[in-house]
Amino acid sequence: MDTAPLHDDTATRPQGWRSVVADWSSDQRSFKEASWGKVMMWIFLLSDTFIFGCFLLSYMTVRMSTTMPWPNPSEVFALEIGGAHLPLILIAVMTFVLISSSGTMAMAVNYAYRRDRRKTTALVLLTALFGALFVGMQAFEWSKLIQEGVRPWENPFGAAQFGAAFFTITGFHGTHVTIGVVILLVIARKIWRREFDNQQPGFLTGRKGRYEMVEIAGLYWHFVDLVWVFIFALFYLW
Amino acid sequence: MAHASTSASIAEAGQQHPIRIYLLVWSWLFVLSFFSYLVDLFHLQGLLRWSLILVFMMLKAGLIVAVFMHMRWERLALIYAILIPPALVLVFAALMIVEADHTLLTRQTFLGPEGG
Repeated sequence: MDTAPLHDDTATRPQGWRSVVADWSSDQRSFKEASWGKVMMWIFLLSDTFIFGCFLLSYMTVRMSTTMPWPNPSEVFALEIGGAHLPLILIAVMTFVLISSSGTMAMAVNYAYRRDRRKTTALVLLTALFGALFVGMQAFEWSKLIQEGVRPWENPFGAAQFGAAFFTITGFHGTHVTIGVVILLVIARKIWRREFDNQQPGFLTGRKGRYEMVEIAGLYWHFVDLVWVFIFALFYLW
Repeated sequence: MAHASTSASIAEAGQQHPIRIYLLVWSWLFVLSFFSYLVDLFHLQGLLRWSLILVFMMLKAGLIVAVFMHMRWERLALIYAILIPPALVLVFAALMIVEADHTLLTRQTFLGPEGG
């Protein structure tokens, strides 16, 4: 199945919104130019969107319905660095680290399609390093809050629901980042060992290795960054 | 055979774009994140705060999905299939806003201000 050629008669295919009707009502496949590996990743990401959507909606519901004042995230996540009081600084740094990792991932995908093995490996490893740095800072943030007495059922700052929302949302996101780092390390190893150049099948599959796997792993990584954009805006800034 | 090899090369060349556009989007994401942080730093409040936060959030999300995830170069059949379902989450959000308001009202009426 993986060798099924993708159609290259793009010019004869309808464009605009009519292409939606034409593609969906055609035979064999609805997604004409995306490989099924990529489509499957997109569908997985769509399901993951609903999971994070439900978490953020639950957070919205408990925050709106509590009669207790909600803790001010700007102050809860402030740090004292060199005597200066910096509100929300750790979260800002984490945001920049994750955006940088998304940038290096995009570059890695680009170099992968240029068949530049060294640069691709280096950029994927750099992305994994940024990801690990992000998880490390999150571990620091968790330890700090736990030390200050924040629990899923209570906290010294205000509404008890704060802890439940915080640990669930950031915990799930951190888990996603951690899984992403592992995937990136596996991909980096495969690129370095020329498994994509030589089309070697993977450990768990008989399918041939190919550089598109870098792009598919990249989709997952960008999604993790995307979710953080929403968490940063709705949980930390709101 | 010739046909198969051209198809394969098209599939592999797939998402090949100039590096400049990635660097441009990358720097925009930095700028927009910095602006979001400034919203908090300057203690902007009320409608201005919420609208700025949401605008920066949607711009960043749009840039990531469109360019980094290559969505703008995919066919509409895939774009609609992936982007329309999450929009329905907004309906869910509207339902939960009504629900949360009702819960708050009930708590204020029967439990008093310390009711949790």
